Amino acid sequence: MKKLKFSIYRYNPDVDKKPRMQDYELEVEEGRDMMVLDALLALKEQDPTLSFRRSCREGVCGSDGFNINGKNGLGCITPISSLKGNTVVIRPLPGLPVVRDLIVDMTQFYKQYERIKPFLINDEKTPPSRERLQSQEDRAKLDGLYECILCACCSTSCPSFWWNPDKFVGPAGLLHAYRFLIDSRDTATEERLDELDDAFSVFRCHGIMNCVNVCPKGLNPTKAIGHIKSMLLSRAV
Amino acid sequence: MVKIASTFGRSGTHDFVLLRAAAVVMAAYTIFLVVWFLCNPGFGYNEWITLYSHLSMKIFTLLTLTGLLIHGWIGIWQVLTDYVKKSLLRGVIQYIVVLALLVYWFTGLFVLWGI
Ligand code: SF4
Ligand code: SF4
Ligand code: FES
Repeated sequence: MKKLKFSIYRYNPDVDKKPRMQDYELEVEEGRDMMVLDALLALKEQDPTLSFRRSCREGVCGSDGFNINGKNGLGCITPISSLKGNTVVIRPLPGLPVVRDLIVDMTQFYKQYERIKPFLINDEKTPPSRERLQSQEDRAKLDGLYECILCACCSTSCPSFWWNPDKFVGPAGLLHAYRFLIDSRDTATEERLDELDDAFSVFRCHGIMNCVNVCPKGLNPTKAIGHIKSMLLSRAV
Repeated sequence: MVKIASTFGRSGTHDFVLLRAAAVVMAAYTIFLVVWFLCNPGFGYNEWITLYSHLSMKIFTLLTLTGLLIHGWIGIWQVLTDYVKKSLLRGVIQYIVVLALLVYWFTGLFVLWGI
């Protein structure tokens, strides 16, 4: 048996004056690896007050984004063996208000998502009698965009989002914005671009690429943002 | 859409273009001066005054100062809206910086005028 050490952010606004880090230890069989989420679940057996979100436990739902050893990621697909150092430090996603322990209030994140109208807009007068078809090439343009699970790992690692979460859409929202801008079936391209053409919504992205660095689905919001900037620019000149 | 009055350009895209266009002019000016220094080792007052008495050099210098004005205006506004959350304080700092940039521009103009 070996002992794994954890240092976990604890905060219950109803009773605690301020957040604190609490140490935990977990005994595991020698040579056994586990995901951060498995470890958290085992620690919750020890201490049922430890709170966090999770659902699918396989990197699909996006519920368990944490800041693990300083880097945002999903607990359920981050193996303990991939982490350096002998203590695993787990904190809530940075930049969002903490509801309790590792649970953050995602309202601001969802508001930005809502703002970009994440649904297909099509103004053709007569509704088609069957599905709107796309060519294989047009469909391929959505690859690398539609896979986003809205875990918020990217937006909460982005300094521009930390400083202006109410004005800068953030990498996740912008990835989705581009997903609809580039969709051959969507007819609201101009309106969508109008909504983004201010000094904050898109242009607060300075290409720091923290978002790309953390996305657990391997997506590239910076690239999508670059495409949006080009669309805005080619419209302006 | 987020509406903000104190940006320099008309829109985010406009700001983005202006910021970069200004940067290109400033970079060109810097490169030009560095090359000129290298080509004129040990230059003195006479070479310096000859250089700046060319009309094209005066225009180039004034363009660069205009670039500095625009770049500084937009750039400082971006940094301040990130880090200074109190709008009064932000306004005051922005005001001081813009004043300073304008002083540079007019000083440059009058100095060039005098050559
Ligand atoms: S590339 Fe843009 S969106 Fe991504 S982290 Fe950097 S500033 Fe944020
Ligand atoms: S882009 Fe990646 S990190 Fe960002 S919300 Fe989507 S899946 Fe999560
Ligand atoms: S629990 Fe669903 S993504 Fe981790």
